[in-house]
Amino acid sequence: MDSYIQFERVSFSHGRRVILDQVDLAIPRGKITAIMGPSGTGKTTLLRLIGGQIRARSGRVMVNGLDMGRASRSELLAMRRRLGMLFQNGALFTDLTAAENVAFPLREHSRLPEDIIQRIIALKLQAVGLLSAADQMPAALSGGMSRRVALARALALDPELMLYDEPFTGQDPINLGVLLRLIASLNKALGLTSVLVSHDVAEALSIADQVFVINEGRVVGSGSPEDLLVQKAESPFLQQFLDGVPDAVTGQSETEARNLAAALGLGVPAVPMAEQESVQ
Amino acid sequence: MSGWISSLLAFLALLGRWMLESAQHTGRMILFTGAVFLRLFPAWTRPRLIIQEVYAIGVLSLVIIVISGGFVGLVLGLQGYNILSKFNATESLGVMVSLSLVRELGPVVTALLFAGRAGSAMTAEIALMKTTEQLSAMEMMAVDPLRRVVAPRFWGALFAMPLLAALFSLVGILGGYLIGVVVLGVDPASYWGQIQQQMSPVDDVLNGVIKSLAFGFVIGLIAVFEGYDAEPTSLGISRATTRTVVLSSLTVLGLDFILTAWMFGT
Repeated sequence: MDSYIQFERVSFSHGRRVILDQVDLAIPRGKITAIMGPSGTGKTTLLRLIGGQIRARSGRVMVNGLDMGRASRSELLAMRRRLGMLFQNGALFTDLTAAENVAFPLREHSRLPEDIIQRIIALKLQAVGLLSAADQMPAALSGGMSRRVALARALALDPELMLYDEPFTGQDPINLGVLLRLIASLNKALGLTSVLVSHDVAEALSIADQVFVINEGRVVGSGSPEDLLVQKAESPFLQQFLDGVPDAVTGQSETEARNLAAALGLGVPAVPMAEQESVQ
Repeated sequence: MSGWISSLLAFLALLGRWMLESAQHTGRMILFTGAVFLRLFPAWTRPRLIIQEVYAIGVLSLVIIVISGGFVGLVLGLQGYNILSKFNATESLGVMVSLSLVRELGPVVTALLFAGRAGSAMTAEIALMKTTEQLSAMEMMAVDPLRRVVAPRFWGALFAMPLLAALFSLVGILGGYLIGVVVLGVDPASYWGQIQQQMSPVDDVLNGVIKSLAFGFVIGLIAVFEGYDAEPTSLGISRATTRTVVLSSLTVLGLDFILTAWMFGT
């Protein structure tokens, strides 16, 4: 399969804390790849390595044939012009309107006449269903709307590669549905390569063609969503992560839960010892 | 005894940590200064951004500068009149007020006000952009934040500071005129005539401009660096803003002594 991005034994650490440890993965061209895992396992670090914002301590990150560790500044800038990134909180420029936010990369990187820029802004905002919010300031937009404007901005230069950092976090069910549909349909319509970092299992699996699950800096599961369901049977971690089972609840009895609630002073009476023994 | 030794060790550890952090901070500032300097002239490819910053940093500071300049001039006029009248030299009031303002108070007080009003705003703005990932977003759009955000603000501070200091001195001289001539009855011809005769365009005015340029340079640099280097949290923004005001004020006062000794020391 033709890979757009390749990680070859990539390691990265913050001080003594190892974030990524000898990671190997290949992200196929023209597909949606989800990178999943619990919070703090290095998913966003992976995106930053792809974008060249940080460099790997060892190993090689190749993006469309460019070695990110050895790329010159001009090569890096040229690569980023073909890349769009949707940040977790949108990262809209707070002193610009929604339309001006979308226009920002166009004004920075093109010498298009103003009427063409206005047409592109309208087109991109229309694509995310927010043409009517063109003149609004980011502070006046809801979280979901901000993220959609940020998506329109990320698409402004017609990128080949889209990076999504936790796009579903904190979204209401309607916005969530809109975002899912947008990501999937834009990827198909524009032929993008998309990398989606998320810990929202159901949402990510519903649109991903390929999935990597990362835990403690290592890839612990990979393949299509169907492959993962097969691997789940053999991996307790995958089972826990994909089914969303919290650590503490595993094996916790009702008696233990009631005793904990009583100890916390939540107005629930503790289960008497005699009753506990009879239950056991 | 062992308690005394452990206290001493704790103190040494604290001192060592403080020295290491200060050295790291200074190192980061030197690297940052180099990186900004490389982008200062490329930033002129977008002059509109620099003009916007001169407006945001300079024009929006006008009110505080004009009001403060007016009051400082009024006080100087009043104090100067009281002192000079003891020596029957009230006709020298104009030159006393203007020299005090142009050589010293204009650049220094403007710089202190500028650090509090514009420097802190620059730091907070850049630090907030960092916290909300706006700077990262720019980087990922292949836009250099140092060139797009930092360099225009630095130029804005460099341009605005001498203009504001000149305005401060001008309004102060008018304040001195108001209290000395209009209220206390000093001869207006003496007030303006002495200024014309005694003030040197090079020794006094130009040196004042050089001082205010130097102050604009250090305040601009400290403000943009502290914003860019801020920890991306609300506490980090607050600390960075405070550091800008404190560091800028102390640097301005120290630099003022050095420049005064160089310019006016015999």
